[in-house]
Amino acid sequence: MQHLVDIVLLGLLMITGFAIVRMRSLLAVTMLTSIYSLFSALLFVVLDAVDVALTEAAIGAGISTILLLATVALTTEYEKVPSHRSLLPLLVVTLTGAALIYGTLDMPHYGDPNAPVHRHVAPDYIEDTPEEIGVPNVVTSVLASYRGYDTLGEVTVIFTAGVGVLALLGVHLRKRTEQPSDYHKLVVLRVIAKLFFPLILLFALYVLFHGDYGPGGGFQAGVIFATGFVLYALTHGLGNAERVIPPALLGILAAAGVLLYSAVGIEGMLLGGKFLEYNVLADDPVSGQHLGILLIETGVGITVAAVILIIYFGFVSRRPGGADAQDPS
Amino acid sequence: MSTLLGHYNYWIVIVLMMTGFYTVIARPNLVKKIIGLFIFQTSVFILFISMAKVEGGTAPIIEEGYSLYSNPLPHVLILTAIVVGLATTALGLALVVRIQEAYGTTNEDDIHVQDETD
Repeated sequence: MQHLVDIVLLGLLMITGFAIVRMRSLLAVTMLTSIYSLFSALLFVVLDAVDVALTEAAIGAGISTILLLATVALTTEYEKVPSHRSLLPLLVVTLTGAALIYGTLDMPHYGDPNAPVHRHVAPDYIEDTPEEIGVPNVVTSVLASYRGYDTLGEVTVIFTAGVGVLALLGVHLRKRTEQPSDYHKLVVLRVIAKLFFPLILLFALYVLFHGDYGPGGGFQAGVIFATGFVLYALTHGLGNAERVIPPALLGILAAAGVLLYSAVGIEGMLLGGKFLEYNVLADDPVSGQHLGILLIETGVGITVAAVILIIYFGFVSRRPGGADAQDPS
Repeated sequence: MSTLLGHYNYWIVIVLMMTGFYTVIARPNLVKKIIGLFIFQTSVFILFISMAKVEGGTAPIIEEGYSLYSNPLPHVLILTAIVVGLATTALGLALVVRIQEAYGTTNEDDIHVQDETD
């Protein structure tokens, strides 16, 4: 049964992928990309990667789609037919694909429990997590504790990307009175959005603090938190959203998350341990691990939410034609 | 038959990867190229997660009554890669927006023509 679902989902992914290449309307392609992400999130659930599925659903199908839509709105909606139609790309792709398929023939079969990938450090992580870290979710323990250095690096990459988008696009403040053109048609949507807004933020906090026990953690929580504000901005106008959470504050928060993460590392050093060693943070090692994981996940969540909102504001506050374009109001 | 089932995931991943690769090299529109990279990137995610799967295993959340879990390490790598992927995609799209403002087009062929006439 599991195989059947796997086969069908991969087939759907392939069809969606081909449709994305063939279609010329970039709006349609954006929606198909969102569907493609949703299919891959479903596939991740079938493949037991629940944490990954949650991330992919929130990011691929949610935030990426909004960013692509904003880009299409600032550029062109239809892709031009390529001027030169050469068979060279097709040939290159076919040859590369054939070489890669030849390469897979030596690979261990799908689901093989004796594959080398399962015999290295992974069994140790699964066996030692209950005693050493004391959290049931092994993904969280590896992410936040065993491989805490990696995660710190990745949070820094996200922060840097936020700074990059800020440097390229900037955030332009809108007037509070500036409403979406169809503001008055959106009454039902606005009421529903108001109802959902606190629930989304609450769910984000649940995902953050329950990440030790179930799927979730700082990355997913940050994205879901940002989604709440994106929904608010979409229904209540960008000007209002920029008052609720000012872009200047977002810049400080993005840096604060990375700093909180590093501070936990340095605190471990000050207490006589190594950088990012949580065992020394409390009286006994397991509560130290709990505290450390909670703090760094919070740091990750703050940075991710702030960077995604900076990126979102950067894209949607830009007027078509650029910063120098005439203000229509 | 066992080779087909045992490698099905990897082969589809390669087809998806090549779909993305083809979009990047053959399509002149810059937004489409970024979407091609996105497809390529997701196919790599599926490759990693497929390798992490253990037949008969369950999600790596320790619970009494289960002894076989899928490999958590690739999950961690891909989880962070997805978020980093979003950040880099956003940076790419920001560059596309700036190119549109500077050249008035996102079509690679038109940009080359403008560069040559300058």
